[in-house]
Amino acid sequence: MGSVIRGRAHVYPRAHVNTDEIIPARYLNTHDHAELAKHAMEDIDPAFVSRVQAGDILVGGEDFGCGSSREHAVWALRTAGISCVIASNFARIFFRNSLNNGFLSIECAGFADQAKNGDDLEVDLAKGVIVNHTQKTEHTFVPQTAFVVEMIAAGGLLPMVAKKMGKVYNPAIVAAKPDVSVAQLNQPVRVVS
Amino acid sequence: MARPQTITEKILAAHSDRETVRPAEIVNARIDLVVCHEITTPPAIRMMAQMGVTKVFDASKIVVTPDHFVPNKDIATAELTKELRRWVKEQGIVRYHELGEHGICHALVPEKGYILPGMTAVCGDSHTTTLGAFGAFASGVGSTDVAAVLSTGELWFKVPETIRFNVTGKLPHGVYSKDLILHIISKIGVDGARYCAMEYHGSAIAAMSMEARMTITNMAVEAGGKTGIMEADEITKNYLSARTDETYTVYKSDSDAEYSAVHNIDASALEPVVALPSLPSNGRFIGEVGHVAIDQAYIGSCTNARIEDLRIAARVMKGRRVADGVRCIVVPSTSSVWRQALREGLFEIFSEAGCVVSTATCGACLGGSMGVLGKQEVCISSTNRNFVGRMGHAEALVYLASPATVAASAIAGHIVDPREFLERPLRREKEAGVPVGAVAGAEQEDYLWGV
Repeated sequence: MGSVIRGRAHVYPRAHVNTDEIIPARYLNTHDHAELAKHAMEDIDPAFVSRVQAGDILVGGEDFGCGSSREHAVWALRTAGISCVIASNFARIFFRNSLNNGFLSIECAGFADQAKNGDDLEVDLAKGVIVNHTQKTEHTFVPQTAFVVEMIAAGGLLPMVAKKMGKVYNPAIVAAKPDVSVAQLNQPVRVVS
Repeated sequence: MARPQTITEKILAAHSDRETVRPAEIVNARIDLVVCHEITTPPAIRMMAQMGVTKVFDASKIVVTPDHFVPNKDIATAELTKELRRWVKEQGIVRYHELGEHGICHALVPEKGYILPGMTAVCGDSHTTTLGAFGAFASGVGSTDVAAVLSTGELWFKVPETIRFNVTGKLPHGVYSKDLILHIISKIGVDGARYCAMEYHGSAIAAMSMEARMTITNMAVEAGGKTGIMEADEITKNYLSARTDETYTVYKSDSDAEYSAVHNIDASALEPVVALPSLPSNGRFIGEVGHVAIDQAYIGSCTNARIEDLRIAARVMKGRRVADGVRCIVVPSTSSVWRQALREGLFEIFSEAGCVVSTATCGACLGGSMGVLGKQEVCISSTNRNFVGRMGHAEALVYLASPATVAASAIAGHIVDPREFLERPLRREKEAGVPVGAVAGAEQEDYLWGV
């Protein structure tokens, strides 16, 4: 990920936007990211998915992503096209999940109060600055800790763990094993003579 | 001299080969227990394949049960549980609990004696904090974390600051641990303990059963907490000795440990609490709730569906009928609780009152199945969360309360103070000529309602 992100804002200034709103539990019967992305933010803004373009930035208020631990919330937003989330602060599991996925969650108190939908935003990670080109304003944000910078640079926790174990992380693998039921696994082997 | 530490800091230090740790430090901690269910583990199984990991770090430290959408609510869910079963067999995981022996994982794990004081435990589920009632460090994580810990047996943590709660006095009659935790969350807010450990002490906690304590630690995440934690005592040891022979280390906070805040609460001053829509922090004493008519009453979840909770609900409902137009759904937390309730005759009481009883499942708590709400429907629930959309439609309204308040409200058809249902004689008994006040206080209650 580069050190500058530029995209259009989608603003939800309310505090406590929870993971049930980001991805409702009725869609947790799958973990297919593309399927989840179709329903991102559905219960807070049904038109969200149709408006998002790749690289857009989601702007939230306080305690963004509170509630359930579902990582599906991060996958849904990212796969819908969101490049990063800027919020006053984040609920801990959402923040953790975002970091583990190499997906940026940036803390900038009160940013949502002045940003408008469609504003042209530029986030400079190295400088710790967000520029709102539409409104001609500049905002500093809480600098990333060394641990966060390292995790984001590695692309998330899985590449880091794989490397530590001397293995190669390959996100292209979509299924762990062939699709079989336990009953099939338990079938006695027939010997044909 | 070593830095004085809280119980949480001591457990994290011991699991990361450190003498001491401080808040905000990042540690890599060894994990003693990984709990898995069908929603967040299948993604982790795929991630392990992506990392080229073919064997879990230690199959004996893993507990698996399907719980969220059981029995399978649709084809997609069936595929998730199928994958979970295939993986359990492939990895040789012995502590797998199939339907009939299953339960909501946070209720099942303590019941089987799997969680012990001093342990570190994680699960891809935010209510993992429940297990902190045993003096363990237990926290909810995401699927990527689950994949990492299943592969390596370790996980990174930012050491949390600790908020201390001293709960003195004694909970009054008709007021339960659920009322206490809803009251605490209403005081500090839904993010009042963000990133923090919530540590509980005091005579009111010491007097509680493990079941009642778990309701409190369960809801740490509803205040944004990383964990809820209580020091193990005789009640903890007795609970465990009936379930396991394993040995364990009991950690206690140093008397001069550092807390980011200390709250003192007098339990004796509490009344039943109801959290209004749509934040768990919208708690009000029952007298301030006003008249709220309900469509559904739900007694279930990892928060309040253990045997004690069902006994309390049955005590309220015995000999009474659920109000016209109200659906009352009872969902025991585990298969063992289900069998116990059956043996004690609680299901007969529920059924005669007009309730339905389901198998153990997370069910409608998260809008999964078994009581999902429609647009603008109103539900009072013994669960943990009433966020927008939590139990179904985004315009449904969820009120959180203790099992007693939920049961009493089901009978009344609107939200009511459960104490009048615990104190008022039953019509049937009254008609039979049992003189009110013939037996005093608690004895009278047992005499009239002896469930």
